[in-house]
Amino acid sequence: MARYILINSVRGVLTILAVSFIVFFLARLTGDPLDVLAPVDMSREDEQALREQWGLDKSLPEQYQSFIINALQGDFGPSFLYPTETAAGIIAGRLPASIRLGLVATVLVVTIGIPLGIFSAVKRGSLADRIAKGLALFGQSVPEFWLAIMLIWLIAVPWNFIPTSGIGSWSSYILPSFVIAIFGIAALLRLFRSAMLETLGSEYIKLARLKGVSEFLVIMKHALKPASIGPLTFFGGVAVRMLTGATVVEIVFSWPGVGLLAFEAANARDFPVVQALALFTATVIVVMNLLVDVTYTFLDPRVRLGQRSLA
Amino acid sequence: MPIGRLFSGSGREWATPSASRTTGPIEGRRRRFPWLRTRADKVPWIPIFIIVFLLLLPALLADVITVHDPLRGVLADRLTPPAWIEGGSWTYPLGTDKQGRDLLTRIIYGARISLAVASLTILVGASVGTTLGLLAGYFGGWIDRVVSWLIDTFLSLPIVLLALVIVAVIGPSFVTIVTIIAITMWAYFARQVRGDTLAAREAEYVARSKVAGSSAWRILLRHILPNIANTLIVLATLQVGVVILEESSLSFIGAGIPRPNPSWGVMVAGGRDQVLIAWWISLFPGLAILLVVLSLNLLGDWLRDFLDPKMRQRR
Repeated sequence: MARYILINSVRGVLTILAVSFIVFFLARLTGDPLDVLAPVDMSREDEQALREQWGLDKSLPEQYQSFIINALQGDFGPSFLYPTETAAGIIAGRLPASIRLGLVATVLVVTIGIPLGIFSAVKRGSLADRIAKGLALFGQSVPEFWLAIMLIWLIAVPWNFIPTSGIGSWSSYILPSFVIAIFGIAALLRLFRSAMLETLGSEYIKLARLKGVSEFLVIMKHALKPASIGPLTFFGGVAVRMLTGATVVEIVFSWPGVGLLAFEAANARDFPVVQALALFTATVIVVMNLLVDVTYTFLDPRVRLGQRSLA
Repeated sequence: MPIGRLFSGSGREWATPSASRTTGPIEGRRRRFPWLRTRADKVPWIPIFIIVFLLLLPALLADVITVHDPLRGVLADRLTPPAWIEGGSWTYPLGTDKQGRDLLTRIIYGARISLAVASLTILVGASVGTTLGLLAGYFGGWIDRVVSWLIDTFLSLPIVLLALVIVAVIGPSFVTIVTIIAITMWAYFARQVRGDTLAAREAEYVARSKVAGSSAWRILLRHILPNIANTLIVLATLQVGVVILEESSLSFIGAGIPRPNPSWGVMVAGGRDQVLIAWWISLFPGLAILLVVLSLNLLGDWLRDFLDPKMRQRR
């Protein structure tokens, strides 16, 4: 088990390194940041000074090396766009808004997606099942940016107690969190439905029923526990998507989180911020995947015992 | 288990006492209400119809079936509402945008962009991904370790961020967006094919083929590839929808198809500021995305059930 975690951690670190490599060279090879940032009337000397200050006068491998060394200490340098602030500081300032929104969305996903999935499987073929399947299909297919605009038009504006943009009271969370959650709801609903159908058809469920275990206990205890393992591994991906992939939703609702920051920083070619964001995102994804892998191994007795007997 | 694997009627009928007697409640209900039959039974005609008439035909015949210019509008006719609303006219069935361009014309041309991006990225992604997946799954060892790591890495790329950076630096273009989407597309195919190949490698027919002296290439191309082709077709169908969503999202934030080209995402973005006075500008292109992607998902689900030999036997 320890060996398994170690191997996966090493792979994860390599993945983050690769992401840093791609983002760094992509950003540098496609243009000189000074083209965008330096004022047009800047003197040659000032430009040279700026270059040295940002380390842009060194060779690319040198720049990459110092980038990695500094990044390991959480130092991504000052933002090009706001030179008085560090890139890490800017991200840290924007992170709480995204995390709060992501948490609300996660709560929606769990409290809507999972119960609907279970219910849908238990009442298979019923009207409720078909409505749930329709909801899942809709959530999987709807473009989030469009749904956001339509909700602003149909809900936020007519009932003007819901804000159309920005972060404010609790009501400003309603629309953005719902739009972010809709995909996750659809995914978990489908996953739990099919996993429940699978376990409900198995031999030990028949045995439990024959033993006279109540239907409620059969569903909530005997079937739900094993059925949860598969979907949980996918929940990792869903959670990552909600924490990092909310860019489009944050843009539509002018939500001051890291998604909107990514949009602003990329458009301004603010490389320190963009690189820091890319590494942060990749790290979140890698750590999430690792956690999911470990949880999965831990939860599934077949995998867990198999691993132990090998070690 | 890929996200799509979900409604694949894999749940067997549960053994309630009544089910074991003669006909179960579900069987009985199925006879009375034909629409409750298993999904593999009925061809999804409505989704196919939508895909043909909203995506394929418009994409192929855009210049034949439209009368207006998709890029230049008549300023005097700007913000005309759809025909069935007061002030609308049948000259512009779905209305016009703020530059007086006919929305229906632009939606029809938009299908061409969606289809072009989807077919190119899936062609590239499927060929690269299938090749790497076959090699990794069949040979294992270091090839598998390298390919698996590449899959993980590319699926961890913050793709929206990358797209924003590339576009901020070299500008948006058709080639840029295809490249960006293809960068991750191959990994989905490689992951699927690797898993299927791993399973197929242990199959009896592979062992016998080896005994008969087939080369690794022959086994891969003549025996394993045809056997995993079904899941590839299903994945490709579902990925068309994923690509259309990705392309329109990136175009919406200005990191995809450049304006004024009529990508569906660009069109929704163009109507965003006018949604209160001219809702039709954003509504219709978004509806086109929703309907097409929904139909592709339904078709993909059906194909999976239909192509699965286990499901076919049960019919």
